[in-house]
Amino acid sequence: MVSFSAIVALASTAASLVVVFPLAIALGWVLFLTSRGIGRLERARARAFLGLDIADPVQPLGEGSWWSHWKARFTDSARWREMAHGVLLLPLGVLTFTAMVVAWCGSIALVALPFYAGSLPGGEARFGLFEIRPGAGALTAMVVGLVGLGVVAPWATVLLARLDTAELRWLLAPRPESDLEQRVRQVETSRVAAVDSAEFERRRIERDLHDGAQQRLVALAVTLGEATERLADDPEAGRELVAHSHEEAKAALKEIRDLVRGIHPVILEDRGLDAALSGLMARSPVPVTLDVALADRLPAVVESTAYFVVSEALTNVARHAGATQAWVSVARLQNRLIVEIRDNGQGGADPERGTGLSGLRDRVTAVGGWMHVASPTGGPTTLTVEVPCGS
Amino acid sequence: MRIVIAEDSVLLRAGLTRLLVDAGEEVVATVGDADELLRVVQRHEPDLAIVDVRMPPTHTDDGLRAALEIRRLLPSTSILVLSQYVEERYAVELLSVDSAGLGYLLKDRVADVKDFLADVRRVGSGGTALDPEVVSQMFARSRRQTTIDRLTPREREVLALMAEGRSNQAIGSALVVSDGAVEKHVSNIFTKLDLLPAYGDNRRVLAVLHWLDS
Repeated sequence: MVSFSAIVALASTAASLVVVFPLAIALGWVLFLTSRGIGRLERARARAFLGLDIADPVQPLGEGSWWSHWKARFTDSARWREMAHGVLLLPLGVLTFTAMVVAWCGSIALVALPFYAGSLPGGEARFGLFEIRPGAGALTAMVVGLVGLGVVAPWATVLLARLDTAELRWLLAPRPESDLEQRVRQVETSRVAAVDSAEFERRRIERDLHDGAQQRLVALAVTLGEATERLADDPEAGRELVAHSHEEAKAALKEIRDLVRGIHPVILEDRGLDAALSGLMARSPVPVTLDVALADRLPAVVESTAYFVVSEALTNVARHAGATQAWVSVARLQNRLIVEIRDNGQGGADPERGTGLSGLRDRVTAVGGWMHVASPTGGPTTLTVEVPCGS
Repeated sequence: MRIVIAEDSVLLRAGLTRLLVDAGEEVVATVGDADELLRVVQRHEPDLAIVDVRMPPTHTDDGLRAALEIRRLLPSTSILVLSQYVEERYAVELLSVDSAGLGYLLKDRVADVKDFLADVRRVGSGGTALDPEVVSQMFARSRRQTTIDRLTPREREVLALMAEGRSNQAIGSALVVSDGAVEKHVSNIFTKLDLLPAYGDNRRVLAVLHWLDS
């Protein structure tokens, strides 16, 4: 009997809850969506009427299933605070409205009292516990009303606006600890970019060495081997082969020199960005106008990033842009270094496709900077890079 | 000619020494760092010091600084700076004092033995040798592009060779033209650049470089 009732009770409860559970999920979804909308509206209101620019601390959902989205919504404290604000809106609104009506209308009523007190039924006005008759009493009330109108009501308005602002900030703005979380995420992103960019660079160096100097050295060894064979019976042919090897060896030297210079030129360390970029510009096949406005040396990592950016960008200009002129400008804006490379080529550069540009982006992200490419089809192309450079 | 060699790569030091000795020059000392170079040069007072830019102790521009120091201490010692890379900025620093008895070349140029020995002898006897790459960097960077464009291709070649420090005779044999033809090009160039003719190869180098740089 006991077991029967227990099982039947539990089973029927469970069955009814099974129906309710998806409903709860769906309602929760609607709830979060609604409060998100209210949060957005409220931030827009703050911006429009209070001049308050409140950053949105809610984490974007990104890729994933509906369930992971639901969980992400449920665990994001910023969403809960947004909801709390939505709930607080009504009581706060009622409070603000009442206070405003009492302060302003009450004051006006008191100021005007001497003019209408006589015509009131019973010949007196009642304000709560006070009964005011025409004459001296009404005049006193008028003074009180004037004070209310001139001092109390405006102050109450300011105070309530402040209260509103504080509440908005408290519930809708990012929390300091979530700022820290955000910073951690940024560091994480730039760390991944650093690893990617180092990997990309290593592969590029490997490829350049393999396709260039290594092939030349192989050819050189083969030619010298052949020359050794020939020298005994045909000295003239042997000499020619040696002369050929000499040229190959010099070409290999030049390729290695160019490669090393592209990675990190010595002059950058010794004389700084201006001198290093001058050398780069002089070697560019496309004419470059260079404008460097720097008073002091910058941290080594900033200099080498800027150099790398300009070097790669000019290589791209020469290879793909079909440009006849390029402009490079480097300037420091407070604690950021701005590098801009512009050309008059055909445009159409896409950082999502070209590995060169995405490698550049990784390198820039790795030092906490950002990169922007504007390259409409038909040109011109402008590459802008900003790198933080301390104070 | 009495020569001191400062080069931290043992292989290249031995190669340079062999090459110079085979050509009949006298290598009085070889050193591997900049501090040692300054001591040795003051002791031997050689005709020429061949100096690598990147050397111990700091492996940056030690050789370059030592070269400038030698120019100050012993103006009669010629200096040939060798480097894996040539940079216009370094050339300007070296030339800021005087271009007499001064050379600045890529290490690769050693491989063309005949030309290299000619450069060594020219610098050792008070002439100038600037690497073609430095000269082309200066051409590219010069703010006088419109005037340079007014020169004929041949005149531009002659101008570059003048900037490298070559004599009319050397320019003539490099371009396979007669001395008279070179002289005509040179005087045309000076007219087009609005420069007073400079006599003596060194003064000519300075005049051209100064013109390019201003």
